[in-house]
Amino acid sequence: MKAEIREITLAHGNGGKLMHELIEKLRIRLSNNILDELTDAAELRIKGRRLAFSTDSYVVKPLFFPGGDIGKLAVCGTVNDISMKGAKPLFLSLSFIIEEGLEFKVIEQIADSIKKEAKKAGVLIVTGDIKVVEKGACDKVYINTSGIGVIDYPKRISAKARVGDAIIINGSIAEHGMAILNARENLGFKSAIKSDCKSLNFEVERALSTSNNISVLRDPTRGGLATALNEIAEASNLGIEVYEKEIPVKRSVLKLCSILGFDPLYVANEGKFICFVNGKDAKRIKRAIGPKSKIIGKVTTTNKREVVLKTRIGSGRILPILETDQLPRIC
Amino acid sequence: MSSNIKIKLMEVCGTHTMAIARSGIKKLLPESIELISGPGCPVCVTPQHDIDKAIAVAKLEDVIMTTFGDMIRVPGSRGTLSEAKMHGADVRVVYSCMDTLTIAKKNPKKKIVFMGVGFETTSPTIAATIKEAKRQGIKNFFVLSNFKCLFPALETIASSKKIGVDGFICPGHVSVITGTHAYEAVARRYKKPCVITGFEDMDILKGIKRLAEKIRDNSYNVEVEYKRVVKKNGNPKARNVLNAVFKPHDSDWRGIGEIKKSGLVFRKEYRDFDADREFNIKIPKPAPQKGCLCGEVLQGIKSPKDCKLFRKACTPKRPIGPCMVSAEGTCAAYYKYES
Repeated sequence: MKAEIREITLAHGNGGKLMHELIEKLRIRLSNNILDELTDAAELRIKGRRLAFSTDSYVVKPLFFPGGDIGKLAVCGTVNDISMKGAKPLFLSLSFIIEEGLEFKVIEQIADSIKKEAKKAGVLIVTGDIKVVEKGACDKVYINTSGIGVIDYPKRISAKARVGDAIIINGSIAEHGMAILNARENLGFKSAIKSDCKSLNFEVERALSTSNNISVLRDPTRGGLATALNEIAEASNLGIEVYEKEIPVKRSVLKLCSILGFDPLYVANEGKFICFVNGKDAKRIKRAIGPKSKIIGKVTTTNKREVVLKTRIGSGRILPILETDQLPRIC
Repeated sequence: MSSNIKIKLMEVCGTHTMAIARSGIKKLLPESIELISGPGCPVCVTPQHDIDKAIAVAKLEDVIMTTFGDMIRVPGSRGTLSEAKMHGADVRVVYSCMDTLTIAKKNPKKKIVFMGVGFETTSPTIAATIKEAKRQGIKNFFVLSNFKCLFPALETIASSKKIGVDGFICPGHVSVITGTHAYEAVARRYKKPCVITGFEDMDILKGIKRLAEKIRDNSYNVEVEYKRVVKKNGNPKARNVLNAVFKPHDSDWRGIGEIKKSGLVFRKEYRDFDADREFNIKIPKPAPQKGCLCGEVLQGIKSPKDCKLFRKACTPKRPIGPCMVSAEGTCAAYYKYES
């Protein structure tokens, strides 16, 4: 029998089961009622104002990839985390950990990209920090951003969906993960797949101003759509049903996934969000978000804490949480 | 079609097992059609001893080990390549064996060893890499040959009364190389119809339908439902490359045991690339794992659900048997898609 895992492995950072176990170990030690909610951003109340506060670190490799770079990602990642709380993001902090030897032009290029994306998202970088570490202590550059936003939405956006909610996604999945993989591994596939990385705050704002019946907003980053849906089913103590044929995946992404043995439902996104809203408002929200959005499923009282995928050929199966890294297959 | 006869069909290939589970095909079939999974996942059938040997080689001071992603988490009797990597061994995942040659050229002072697993789909590409290495005069590249040949295993299963398979759903991609000829012998000699099919839902459903019809009609032949890629004569060029570098040899299959002429060893002309010869690692064969039913699962005798370790001690996170490790292993497919 194999012994308990004693060391942190890469799978502890992939958004799947092991990462949840690690988070739980830390949460127990640091517990308070705000942290315990474990949403991407915390909701704070200060003198009657509701604020959303979030932090995230960016370690993407390669630093520059089709559709984005670490700087753009560091802005939109945190902007999106704040947006998923139903907040309007306003201010970001910015910290660099830089490996000695990094060329100035690289850091300047990243800073320019940060400036561009912050402008696009309408947020200000208001404070920052730089640390330089010896060669080998980090891989070129890591970035941390934290952010603050204000919440004006009358209801609380939480991790809990409600019975009767429909699930809407704003576009096609798995593009960020596959673009990074293709760039990182030098697979040699000439592909037009670009990361979907973008700030979602304006799309979310349009959804929020269309209906007061939104219960959950979530950006399915690491672990992909399947993992995000599982987390919501678990937190809500309800079932989720999604329809395979409604989930948008670009053909190029599907093909690359199929060559490498990846399931797009578990591949990371950086410019997608899912919105749980009362079924009666679903079509209006879909229109408000944009033409690429789709209603992909609903919340059910059956199959509690599980996600059921209705397959293309009319069968059904459980869509489980990601256990370990998806590995490329060999034949 | 009359449904009062019960038939048992085996999908030989792991990619089919995964596709069947992913689309929920089993739930749509009448009770009279049972699908069982076969030994067609190369990672799963690699014996622990071979993995132990690969780990021992990877741990050598001047070695860089490369392999396909699936392989690095497969447990031998003393851990995995991934654990060896965590503790300092230089183990790298490659997507093509040719990448190993690039690594070899960049690291002339190191010995680069490719841990080779796979069926006829994969092995010709490794053979081509070895030929290329010879052509370029690369001296620091070696291959651990754990390749398997599908047909001897298929014959073992077809001839087994214990398993009682009525027909085979055969893998499209292996057949692209082998052609259909080799299946003919299995179909005729053992009266087991074979349908070669692709990996889309509809390909598989069509394959199942055709097999059921063939069994009903006592028509023991081979049919290609994957004509868009599989040709009768396969890919003779790929087979020639394979045969130039390797020759068949008796080989151990994890959980099944030795099958005659089901593995590949280096021919004399290419033995300089043989990692076994270069490193000559001798390690004892481990005792069989207690309670693990992978051997029976690989032959379609038992289902993962019959195994006491399944979902309890053995999960994708902490796999005990190989069928749980590979994304295309039967246990992993059951774990992920069938509850």
